[in-house]
Amino acid sequence: MSETTLNDDQDLSGLPLVDNPVMPYLRQERIPHIWCPGCGIGTTVNCFTRALEEAALDLDKVAIVSGIGCTGRVAGYLNLDSFHTTHGRAIPFATGLKLANPDLNVVVYSGDGDLFAIGGNHFMHAARRNMDLLVVCVNNFTYGMTGGQVAPTTPIGATQTTMPFGNFENPASLPFLADAAGATFVARWTVFHVRQLTRCFKEALGKKGFRFIEIMAPCPTLFLRRNRLGDGVDMVRQYKERSVLRNGADTKEVAVGMEGDIVVGTFVDRERPTWLDAMNSHFSSVLGDRYRTYGG
Amino acid sequence: MTADPKGVLTGVHFLDGDHAACEGALAAGCRFVSGYPITPSTEVVERFAQRIPMVGGVFIQMEDELAASITMLGAVWGGKKVMTVTSGPGLSLMMEHLGLAYITEAPCVFIDVQRGGPSTGLPTLPAQADMMQVKWGSHGDYEIIALVPDSPQECFDLTIKAFNLAEQWRVPVFLMMDEVVGHMTERVVIPEASAIEITERRWTKKAPGEYRPFDACADGVPAMAKAGDGHRIHVTGLTHDERGWPALTPKSQDKLIRRLTNKIRDNADALADIREDQCEGADVIVVSYGITSRVASSAVLQARAQGLKVGHARLVVAWPFPTTRIAYLATQCKAMVVPELNLGQMVHEVSRAVAGKVPVLLVDHAGGTVHEPQVILDRILEAAR
Repeated sequence: MSETTLNDDQDLSGLPLVDNPVMPYLRQERIPHIWCPGCGIGTTVNCFTRALEEAALDLDKVAIVSGIGCTGRVAGYLNLDSFHTTHGRAIPFATGLKLANPDLNVVVYSGDGDLFAIGGNHFMHAARRNMDLLVVCVNNFTYGMTGGQVAPTTPIGATQTTMPFGNFENPASLPFLADAAGATFVARWTVFHVRQLTRCFKEALGKKGFRFIEIMAPCPTLFLRRNRLGDGVDMVRQYKERSVLRNGADTKEVAVGMEGDIVVGTFVDRERPTWLDAMNSHFSSVLGDRYRTYGG
Repeated sequence: MTADPKGVLTGVHFLDGDHAACEGALAAGCRFVSGYPITPSTEVVERFAQRIPMVGGVFIQMEDELAASITMLGAVWGGKKVMTVTSGPGLSLMMEHLGLAYITEAPCVFIDVQRGGPSTGLPTLPAQADMMQVKWGSHGDYEIIALVPDSPQECFDLTIKAFNLAEQWRVPVFLMMDEVVGHMTERVVIPEASAIEITERRWTKKAPGEYRPFDACADGVPAMAKAGDGHRIHVTGLTHDERGWPALTPKSQDKLIRRLTNKIRDNADALADIREDQCEGADVIVVSYGITSRVASSAVLQARAQGLKVGHARLVVAWPFPTTRIAYLATQCKAMVVPELNLGQMVHEVSRAVAGKVPVLLVDHAGGTVHEPQVILDRILEAAR
């Protein structure tokens, strides 16, 4: 493929009009979206839709489930079967959806507060069971929709409305939790890494089991501004400067703070039988012909 | 249509109410249960876990009742008939997802085997103290259907009815047992599958692009689609329009919430199921439900033996409350007596319907066991004076 550099004085009238390739994947009538200028969520959605296109999946069989919060609104903008559920409960909803119709490729797309504070228990158990779900967490280190309260990911020292003198709680390292709970695929990228993230989505969509992708994304309105960290572009510059690629890194050593390295890459990639495969093979072996193999 | 024979254990059985309700669910076509253990309801899911591998379906024990109740809702949109089962503290945790089931019009069945409360209360002992919680416990305006069996046979029959009503109206439906009905063992007759009427899900016949998932038919109920059918549906707990898209205005709130509410309110008389025994011409009518009906029957017979004209009206459907019929009965008698295993819940509905026409006497009980028939008899005698 050749690349052409366009200058302002070039005559473009002869070139064909091309739609943005992500548009067919969006519910265009629902645009404009609710996200702030400089927010990273839209970038993640862009990467996700490009991955859907490249993965050439039957989109009628891809369903997306969100919880509550800014990232919780992703489901509503995607032109897929989509479910906007209750706060923290996207994973158990997705569990029911997947088990009731195993033909579906079910993606959970939500934020750090939703998935790891109110929903933390469900995350742990779905990973332990190896439920066949792709779980995407957009981690902006804060509760954006409710106005910038402390999250389970907020680094020590960051100021939030409910930590007005700076956070003193130890934050969770999401890849470490996912790994310890049994996830079969664990990766982290930032919204600076759009090509890597797109590839990662595509790879994860093609795998089975409980797959987890953390995406670090700026919340300029409620995290960056409060902490005098500049705007969305400044944060993406930080992601670029601070990130270190370390595929296969020990997840004990990938915690993120206000400063220092941001370790990115694919940390875990392993195979385990999914819950449904385990159920079918176990019941077949212990019940024999009496078992009606479940396929949906 | 009639039941799928795979789930129907035709024959005469000796079952407790919990097990009978499980058989009712299987007969009704329930093929997905997500639960969490809690006394005295656990036997329902234990039996389902034992039976479902041979019937074809899924049981999953979730990590808590919040998970159990929303996993069930996920399975609705995967196309299954679904149920969850709980008691006391678990019911309190499920209240948020009762609201989600209601606003998303997800057909599903909740079984609540009532025990003494509040909080951990009396885990192994009966009460009927959740009657108001199922009606009012989730936030916002909503209406509910709640069926109240008084025997293991009714646990079987009414669980099937609960599934059928859930499909007909696209609402969550409650089966409100209590610990005694749940654990009492009696003869249960399960008919041939061909004799069990089943209401199927109302699937849309519209093509993708034409279908609007919350566009109601004439009876106020929209046709359904499931994920994977090509309709690219959006389902949200936010107030939504006919497309299912968030519509956060007073106008769309008014339109949606009134439609959802009226599905039940406009059909309250048709949904009513009161088993009346000698109510016409009675001086005193006992209004009861669930296990308390069995005890009250004894008191009613004793009162009649003393020459009193006493009727007995047993509510099989507690919600929507049969206001019209109770108001009528109030014009036919001189007093009403309401025994219940709580300190006064459904008696408020009876009083509202009676509207002061006759005295309404509560026979309360804090729970832990059933009433002594004598206590109910004393109140009947008091009412007759």
